[in-house]
Amino acid sequence: MFENIGEVVLLFWRTLLALPQAWRQRRKIYEQFFEIGNASLLMVCVLSFFIGAVIALQTGPVLVERSLASAVGGVVGIAIAKELAPVMMAILIAGRIGSAMAAEIGSMRVYQEIDALRTMNINPIHYLVLPRMVAIALALPLLVTFAILVGWFGGSVVANYNHRMEIPFLAFFSDLKTIVVLKDVGNGVFKSFCFALIIGAVSCHQGLTTIGGPRGIGRSVTKAVVNSIVFIVIFDYILTRFLQQ
Amino acid sequence: MNGPLNHATGVGLVVRGLRKNFGDQPVLNGIDFAVQPGEIFVIMGPSGSGKSVLLKHLIGLEAPDAGEILINSEPITAPEVAAKYRMALVFQSGALLNSLTVGENVGLYLTEHRLKPAAEIERIVLEKLTDVGLKDALHKMPSELSGGMKKRVAIARALVIDPQLILYDEPTSELDPVSAVIIGNEILELKQRIGVTSLVVSHDRDLAFGVADRIAFIAEGRIVTIGTPDEVKNFKDPLVQNFLHVEFQREH
Repeated sequence: MFENIGEVVLLFWRTLLALPQAWRQRRKIYEQFFEIGNASLLMVCVLSFFIGAVIALQTGPVLVERSLASAVGGVVGIAIAKELAPVMMAILIAGRIGSAMAAEIGSMRVYQEIDALRTMNINPIHYLVLPRMVAIALALPLLVTFAILVGWFGGSVVANYNHRMEIPFLAFFSDLKTIVVLKDVGNGVFKSFCFALIIGAVSCHQGLTTIGGPRGIGRSVTKAVVNSIVFIVIFDYILTRFLQQ
Repeated sequence: MNGPLNHATGVGLVVRGLRKNFGDQPVLNGIDFAVQPGEIFVIMGPSGSGKSVLLKHLIGLEAPDAGEILINSEPITAPEVAAKYRMALVFQSGALLNSLTVGENVGLYLTEHRLKPAAEIERIVLEKLTDVGLKDALHKMPSELSGGMKKRVAIARALVIDPQLILYDEPTSELDPVSAVIIGNEILELKQRIGVTSLVVSHDRDLAFGVADRIAFIAEGRIVTIGTPDEVKNFKDPLVQNFLHVEFQREH
């Protein structure tokens, strides 16, 4: 897993250098952006609603029993904004979009489409990697912002209707507002931006280095998802430490 | 490998002492040959003889361990040469981009390099598809085409750059005899119409003897013989003779 880190970093660097080409590739960026949003929005809604709900369900009764009902909104708000929404959505997108990126680029590699691009002097990084990286780097923070709001809503629904809490919506969000500040949401969104770059670079790298026909494509897809998730979790710790300073 | 667009005239190609190993396995063992401008040169040989690897070296997809490749006496690796001459490779599978329509595939080079306005690109694409008899396939996806049609679209895509050298990798493999003849005629017609130099890698005996000005026979990474179709046919080497004349034998 770690043997190709240098190649992934190099691909990421080359993609950064290609950024001035992004405007030329805007149609492909828009297509990829639409694809990511279209494929993920419903799943993001469902997942984040229930994450918020389960956090409220797990922490709410314990806090209420200790006369800390006013902390429920804050705990749910912080947990979702700073940790659960960015990490869970990144894992979801790694599975849904990272796998698709690795499969698509991998099959293009196996069926010589990338060689064909090279013979036409079309740089595969400009044509394939850059639009995907830019699209995912724009889409994931937006999805995470959306997931945070839906997650809070999920938490508030459970806090309101669960007979062991019965915290009104207004009280829940008022408590949330006293504890969660804009910087907390910003931290979560910034993390998701970093995770998006990890998913894009790892998945595109796996696609570009695919060998060995359909079996090789399957192997690349698995590696893209597993490696992305491992790097997301490792970088989550590093970023959390950095953002706590 | 693609210089500015203008009318095509074939270029000469020289390969000297080309060697390539994959690990410990030698694939090309010192290949030497020269192709004249406007010539149709066929490289023929059994599977695994190094033909496709040689082709990848010529288009720049592989780098040799030793030896050199010259276009009009200039080394292919020089940056100014890459900008000066236009080369295209027609892949064995066609290698069309499956996410694009036939028209978008054919116009991809012009679109991505922004060499012409959109209306002009559309006109050129239609013209090249008409040249290969596929103008009705403009809006089709590659998955809707037969193997022969895909190869003709790949030829149209190569023609868009007004190539001075076209390399064909097994252009008739997986095709029925009628489609194979259509492709062979296409190669001949391109030579007559635009004078392009063609280098065809194939193990199809009918195609090789049907279109070649000269044939090189390659085996185990070496050139065994080079000559006109008649000279190769009469070359007294058991390997060559076996390749050219082997047939099924049924016991009655």
